[in-house]
Amino acid sequence: MFAMLAAVATVSAQSNIVTAAPATRLMVKRGEVTAHKLSFRLLDGYHVNSDKPTDEYMIPMKLTWDAAPLTVAGIDFPAPKLEKYEFSEKPIAVLTGDFDITTRFKAPTNAPSGPNLATAKLRYQACNNRMCFAPKTVEVRVTVDIR
Amino acid sequence: MSRSITHFVCASLLGLGGCSSAPKAGAAVKPAKDRKAAPQFDLKDSNGKSAKLSDYKGKVVLLNFWATWCGPCKIEIPWFAEFEQQFKDKGFAVLGIAMDDEGWEVVKPYIEKHKVNYRVIMGNDSVANIYGGVESLPTSFIIDRDGKIAAIHIGLVSKGDYHSEIVQLLGAGKTASASAPDAVRASR
Repeated sequence: MFAMLAAVATVSAQSNIVTAAPATRLMVKRGEVTAHKLSFRLLDGYHVNSDKPTDEYMIPMKLTWDAAPLTVAGIDFPAPKLEKYEFSEKPIAVLTGDFDITTRFKAPTNAPSGPNLATAKLRYQACNNRMCFAPKTVEVRVTVDIR
Repeated sequence: MSRSITHFVCASLLGLGGCSSAPKAGAAVKPAKDRKAAPQFDLKDSNGKSAKLSDYKGKVVLLNFWATWCGPCKIEIPWFAEFEQQFKDKGFAVLGIAMDDEGWEVVKPYIEKHKVNYRVIMGNDSVANIYGGVESLPTSFIIDRDGKIAAIHIGLVSKGDYHSEIVQLLGAGKTASASAPDAVRASR
């Protein structure tokens, strides 16, 4: 009983703080760079560290891609907000609410045609005003069309 | 969601000894008859020595799950260092259980920089699980002299709450119980 309840608590705590919206299809032309946006929803009352935290101990948000044969030309994270919390002596760089992350992909000139699947992994560390949660990863799958 | 998680955990998992994220001073201490035994563990401290809960038999222990990346945990560290200094000769000890995945590589420099004067041990999923999952940090268990969980705090609570609970438990079963209210008032 105890183990079962612990498992339920684990799922409820881990699964819903940041969720990904369904990803749009990524259309890429060979030899060109194309931007693609992923949208995420963060529960009210929570924040996640930005990709460039203001405190050396904070865990930065990271987005990694498994998108071969595409290469990642750059990732644009949203500008963080500087927010002051009950636990912070000075404002810290965080994201709150819904946010988008844009990735610029380059398709090699010899990339094969047809649909592929790219997988993004967003690693984040969330807190609210009184507590923090262990880093978690949200996975997003994106259908890729190379033309 | 944090509130619902906390309430769920308190209601379902941590009936071990009381649970609070924002209690009134001392209110989180369960009556002795309602307390459950604190789960035993054997972990390594920052010197590589074995640290067992049973080593602290007869003492009041503040068992604090924390991590270097946890902002609210950072606020509590100076409080706990002060409690350690103030009450160590009265049968009290703080035990910090670090939950950093990177282990001592990040924890040792942190505890040196922040002048942590109490014992820190390295946690893992197993110890978190036997303490109900420990989904959020900080999570602290206050364990009485009989090795039973007298209070649980999930998230940041006030220094005064901790202080009053420690004083209350140190006084329990001893002559100090009569002076505990004075000590509680002195903490505010």
